[in-house]
Amino acid sequence: MKPAAAPHQLLILIPAFNEVGAISGVVHEVRGVMPGVPILVVDDASTDGTDRSARAAGAYVLRLPYHLGLGGGVQAGYKLAYELGYEYVIRVDGDGQHDPKYIPDLLTVLRDTGCHMVIGSRFQDGNGVHTSSVRAIGIWFFRSMLRPILGKPVRDPTSGFVGVNRQALQVFTGSFPLEYPEIEALVVLQRKRFQFQEVPCRMRPRKTGRSTITAVKSLYYIFHVLLGVFINVLKFEGRRRKE
Amino acid sequence: MERLLNVTTALSVLLMALVLFSVRRSHIRVEYSVSWLAAAAILFALSRSSSALTWIAGQLGLADPPLALMLLVFCVFVIVIYRLSVVISDLKDANIAMAQRLAIVEFQMQSRLPGSPLSANEE
Repeated sequence: MKPAAAPHQLLILIPAFNEVGAISGVVHEVRGVMPGVPILVVDDASTDGTDRSARAAGAYVLRLPYHLGLGGGVQAGYKLAYELGYEYVIRVDGDGQHDPKYIPDLLTVLRDTGCHMVIGSRFQDGNGVHTSSVRAIGIWFFRSMLRPILGKPVRDPTSGFVGVNRQALQVFTGSFPLEYPEIEALVVLQRKRFQFQEVPCRMRPRKTGRSTITAVKSLYYIFHVLLGVFINVLKFEGRRRKE
Repeated sequence: MERLLNVTTALSVLLMALVLFSVRRSHIRVEYSVSWLAAAAILFALSRSSSALTWIAGQLGLADPPLALMLLVFCVFVIVIYRLSVVISDLKDANIAMAQRLAIVEFQMQSRLPGSPLSANEE
């Protein structure tokens, strides 16, 4: 296991909404892998006591006054991390799908390569894939669509297991997609000529609760993300032309 | 056609009265009442001037002036709704930023309590 980061350089960010059944275990697991590293749970106005459970497990809790959605919660955590001077933030989902033992790998790539964002990819080494067939088709679709836009392949564009450095944090404090942020965030960074890398990791089935992306929402998800990507490409191309 | 114009006049007057009443009761802010009042005034003017309506229909290549009226009504309300969508989007952005700021300020205040190591002062 790689050494833990020095305190106040790395922050572990865990967005959570009604994850009382899983959050305590996730916090303890992260603490076991990264002792001494602060863990911030962003509680998106849960109604099941997620904030109390996270606090009892030893995490700091940023509780939002009302439900903002995943992007709003993650951005709130990024804003706080940026204001507190953190160099790196690694986001781990609060449902237990992301195995914290890969956090040191993500951090090492962020530090050693100087890339701005690192993605924990369940497809990078082809093992440990835990995803539904609908989601797998969606991932394939977005992977094919993003290839020409990003100029390089991305194997797991919907992964929420991501790490960012301070430069990316600064960008995201100003602009971060509010719904389904992962893919749009990639496009935003690429348009600013930031670099990203993928690190192989194993995803697990969620411990409790259900995914926010249900079968009914899938079509809306695809349309929303496509529109977001298109708008971002137009926005940045417009700015580039003006420059 | 005359009946349609009279109905449009009545609806535009009703709309104006409703908006003014809502502004008086503080249900609509003055700045957001302007679009609705302007829309109602345009409809009122067109419905009371059949010659203007006939001229517009001619310019648009429509044989039937009521069709021109319907098209204009549609356009006016699309513009009003578009403007309101812009306003709502701005308000939502401001609201989200404010909610995030509130959460951060609350967090930082709690972190300054004794025994809370995660504080901005500790960098």
